[in-house]
Amino acid sequence: MSNLCNLTIAEASKQLAEGKITSADLTKSVLERIEQVEPKVEAYLKVLEDSALKEAEASDKRRQAGKPLSKLDGVPIAVKDLFCTKDVETTAASNILKGFVPCYEATAVKKLKDAGVVLVGKLNQDAFAHGSSTENSDFKVTKNPWDLERVPGGSSGGSAAAVAADECLGALGTDTGGSIRQPASLCGVVGLKPTYGRVSRYGVIAMASSLDVIGPLAKTTEDAALIMEVIAGRDSLDGTTLGAPVPEYSKELEKDMKGLKVGVPKEYFAEGMDEDVKKVIEKSVEKLKSLGAEIAEISLPHTDMALATYYILQPAEVSSNLSRYDGIKYGFSTLREEKEQPLEKVYFESRGQGFGAEAKRRVMLGTHVLSAGYYDAYYKKAMKLRTLVKKDFDEAFKKVDVIVTPVSPTPAFKIGEKSDNPIQMYLSDIYTVPINPAGVPAISTPAGFVERDGKKLPVGIQIIGPMLGEPVILNVSYQLEKALSLKDRPKL
Amino acid sequence: MLKKEDVEHVAKLSRLELSDAEIEKFTPQLSSVFEMFEKLDAEDLKNVEETSQVTGLENVTREDEIKCLDDLTCCTTEELLKNIPIKESSSILVPKVIEDK
Repeated sequence: MSNLCNLTIAEASKQLAEGKITSADLTKSVLERIEQVEPKVEAYLKVLEDSALKEAEASDKRRQAGKPLSKLDGVPIAVKDLFCTKDVETTAASNILKGFVPCYEATAVKKLKDAGVVLVGKLNQDAFAHGSSTENSDFKVTKNPWDLERVPGGSSGGSAAAVAADECLGALGTDTGGSIRQPASLCGVVGLKPTYGRVSRYGVIAMASSLDVIGPLAKTTEDAALIMEVIAGRDSLDGTTLGAPVPEYSKELEKDMKGLKVGVPKEYFAEGMDEDVKKVIEKSVEKLKSLGAEIAEISLPHTDMALATYYILQPAEVSSNLSRYDGIKYGFSTLREEKEQPLEKVYFESRGQGFGAEAKRRVMLGTHVLSAGYYDAYYKKAMKLRTLVKKDFDEAFKKVDVIVTPVSPTPAFKIGEKSDNPIQMYLSDIYTVPINPAGVPAISTPAGFVERDGKKLPVGIQIIGPMLGEPVILNVSYQLEKALSLKDRPKL
Repeated sequence: MLKKEDVEHVAKLSRLELSDAEIEKFTPQLSSVFEMFEKLDAEDLKNVEETSQVTGLENVTREDEIKCLDDLTCCTTEELLKNIPIKESSSILVPKVIEDK
């Protein structure tokens, strides 16, 4: 029983259905694993031991009565701390929300619970999802399970590390410019950024509302598909969710690759990419070819503009979304200490003391690009460039079925290596950022390893699809995963 | 290139109290990000439309009625007030903004 935490969601689901294992044993195994490796990895902000065990027992009762709520009933899953969880502290890994207890549940979490999932805990992240290393968490630095001296990526670094370390069977993350895909790549797990509007953002602490999406991080493509089936769909509480029916993603994985057109954009293989990473990606492209796919070089001409465009649009929306943290309604406030003080002072000091450095930088960047005299020069221009970035993808998908690129120009970097250089940190998302303004779906799938300091570090490949093209990218991801058959696991 | 005074100004617009050390640190960091924006000037955007969202959805509305979907998505007044820094019965207290005569 001790190794149940190593199971994939698909395996656990099967064994639960056959009565070979119980959710209680599975959940206990996950909790034991957390106890064992968490001092090294530090992926969790909060482990919900008691409620998880209760939920597991309730699940077992449903199974015994022959009434499971779904295939995922009794499967232990954890969520990034950006998701509001009823009566459970939700901080976005920020000091300004320390002690905040929501009285409602994010729709994605509610859907998991309605499916009988056991909620294991809340995972670490860069505060407010601002970052690519999880070092911007105001509480702790999560380590990469493959090399504890390196970052897990970010901002969903806790989610990726926990899945890689078998501290949960799957996790939810969020992705505004790469925050699911980049940590998935750096930790050697699967991470899916769905189409914008495919999964409800209700109850997820907002970063940049026109770019934010919710998605799964999992050990396998099939597991990611199984989670997506539960969380996707229209939600009356999020007006931007799409009404298109949700496919049974896990049923569309077996289609073969013959005749599938795969585009490789030349702009993504320009300077700046690590040579070893490049080799891993090229080998994966060859693998797709050997599976019957037709490979074509394509062009996404505005790639070069996408990072700058993103770093105008995203902070602009961040500055607006973070204006709600004013010390009046919730979270950190100087009013808790001193009731009699001028309103402006409450604003300035609560925000000045409550926000970390990266949140402050982004609020200031965004405030500047939106301020009188600069709006046209920056924000308006960026919204026009967004049209061109999106058009690049629309045009490309007239010619190819999917586009493949690297996820990150380098493998996991050392803790502290980039934390004082925002531009270097922003550049680590150069291949993932263009996808979000375009709104299309993309998945990061483990593609191989590079060696650094005698340690194997995972490298992911990004598979991008057209709007609502989750089935095709999951299909390609699954076939590639099967063909590559990577068996290494981190040694902890 | 941003100057210290620019950062002080934008911090004020952002309602952020910053220490001198923070202003010192943020000035070159923010400057380097604005330098990155300069490359955008190369693109001719005269005839390009703006994109603010990608779904194409328009005017998503619902009936204006109070509706509780279920326990998990609804909060009582008491629950909603739990996180408020200072309150009086069921009201949020906000410091006075108008000076006494």
